[in-house]
Amino acid sequence: MDKPLNNKAWFFVLPVFFLVAISAIIPLMTVVNYSFQDTFGNNQFFWVGTEWYTDVLSSSRFHDALLRNLMFSGIILAIEIPLGIAIALSMPRKGIWVPVCLILMALPLLIPWNVVGTIWQVFGRADIGLLGHTLAELGVDYNYATNATDAWITIVIMDVWHWTSLVVLLCYSGLVAIPEAYYQAARIDGASKWKVFRYIQLPKMQRVLLIAVLLRFMDSFMIYTEPFVLTGGGPGNSTTFLSIDLVKMAIGQFDLGPAAAMSIIYFLIILLLCWVFYTLMTNFGVDAPEKEVD
Amino acid sequence: MAQITLDKLAHSYLPNPKSDADFALKQIDYVWEDGGAYALLGPSGCGKTTLLNIISGLLLPSKGNVLFDTADVTHLSPEQRNIAQVFQFPVIYDTMTVEQNLAFPLINRGVEKHEVKKRVSEMLEILDLTDKARRRARGLSADEKQKISLGRGLVRYDVNAILFDEPLTVIDPHMKWQLRTQLKELHEQFNHTMIYVTHDQTEALTFADKVVVMYEGEVVQIGTPEQLFDEPEHTFVGYFIGSPGMNILPGSVSGNTVNMADHSFSLDRHYEPISGTTEIGIRPEFIHVADAASAGANGMPLHVKAVENIGRHKIVRGSVNGHNVDAVIQEDANVPAEAFAVIDTARLNVYSNSHLVRGSR
Repeated sequence: MDKPLNNKAWFFVLPVFFLVAISAIIPLMTVVNYSFQDTFGNNQFFWVGTEWYTDVLSSSRFHDALLRNLMFSGIILAIEIPLGIAIALSMPRKGIWVPVCLILMALPLLIPWNVVGTIWQVFGRADIGLLGHTLAELGVDYNYATNATDAWITIVIMDVWHWTSLVVLLCYSGLVAIPEAYYQAARIDGASKWKVFRYIQLPKMQRVLLIAVLLRFMDSFMIYTEPFVLTGGGPGNSTTFLSIDLVKMAIGQFDLGPAAAMSIIYFLIILLLCWVFYTLMTNFGVDAPEKEVD
Repeated sequence: MAQITLDKLAHSYLPNPKSDADFALKQIDYVWEDGGAYALLGPSGCGKTTLLNIISGLLLPSKGNVLFDTADVTHLSPEQRNIAQVFQFPVIYDTMTVEQNLAFPLINRGVEKHEVKKRVSEMLEILDLTDKARRRARGLSADEKQKISLGRGLVRYDVNAILFDEPLTVIDPHMKWQLRTQLKELHEQFNHTMIYVTHDQTEALTFADKVVVMYEGEVVQIGTPEQLFDEPEHTFVGYFIGSPGMNILPGSVSGNTVNMADHSFSLDRHYEPISGTTEIGIRPEFIHVADAASAGANGMPLHVKAVENIGRHKIVRGSVNGHNVDAVIQEDANVPAEAFAVIDTARLNVYSNSHLVRGSR
């Protein structure tokens, strides 16, 4: 087939390209630009090479924050993914309770980040908060503002409360897509509940789980608002995550160069880890047509 | 293996069925002989899958009982009944290999390891899948997957019955033929009771020793393919089986004289007076198309509308006194300009309210 060659199609791409350029590419390149320069204000910049990168990568401040991020994302994934699967499994598949459950599940997702932070900040206060006060009455010494463990627990619970629903909804969509015949065949084959989960439900949920893991990883790795509202990064530096540190550096101290270098590193880490997750999960249980498995 | 008895079985999906129309499956009493190959044939929504799911235990009937030999299994689960079922869409365990898929039902039942190994390799041999034993099942083609789901049933020697729910729906046409032949061979080899649900008459007639035709929740006829062809007990069977279906014309019968389309014929048998709507059924295969000279007394003037050549035969579509009549003629036969439809009166059937009425000789 002969197709007349012309480049008119580029005009269709142009509007999107324009939008993406303004919203992502140009800002990103500006940040790249900053990360190789230093400034003393007055719009005067001079070239420093990779100095900021070396600085950031060798600073213990960055290492600590990165470690906190990794730990936080690890905890979040370890709780939200199994919990989300478990809730999705126990939700009804048909009947009038389906919409009720779905709406209940969707509710936390409708609440903005900073509101969630404020809700929990008030909720956890020992003097006026329901949770904080109740715990205090029970004799539990709970204070997220002074105790690092309490602060962590609160932020984790907050995130689990806010975002497990997303995992639930994704898993649920994967579960309802499984044809009834699979369950019937499993019954006929005498499979136990666990085997039904292991060999039917889990493999069929693989795709949505991949999305859930990626979304929850990216979001939790970028966590900012909740600790910012609740603890402001404290007590001490115990909840100072990369994002909080970054804002402190860029806006608090106006260290544009190091902050820019840090953003680029931060961005690359997320990109790398997402790629790792994606590769691991898409290759799990899949093999090339001729490959044999034991 | 077992003989399956349906005892006053009926099912409704409504909690409180009132009228007959509320029943997806109207009352049926039938005994499926041990080792028989049966087909459940009928159009979509006639209740055949309902009946199959009741036999397999996936569905609890509203009324009546299911017996395997003499044991009442109505309330037993599918695995307790020890049956196998092959579904419309191949059900395989994606993450397992072909081997593991076949071993799954055995392992779940606690069969010993070396026994599992032996039976699985036998089954791989039978299904012609030995070279793919260690491949993941998800990468296979639809017909191979369907073989695996069949194999998961056959691998248990002692299954009481194997049920098929339109198993060839997603299979490519050339593989359909092959798989059906293989099924037939497996039936001869293992002699399992097999019940095969389909809406395709060719599949039903080639697979089964006995065909159960269902229509609107009711079993309208159970018989061999020959019986279904020669003596359909219900006008639906006549119409549904055969290509083209039986010609059904309004008419009347008195004694040994039949009236249809303003013509009357005398028969070699005698009918009692019939109440209800009387219809005459005659298969297109038993109508000859002749010219005026050779038509004889049984010829009716045929207004030919179309002639379709379908290979070995031609189908003549026409009408007699305003009633549509199809006839099948030889490929090399010609349709005369002034055509007559000549009926083989020995092969003509009489229906009262859609049900067959037999005459006496």
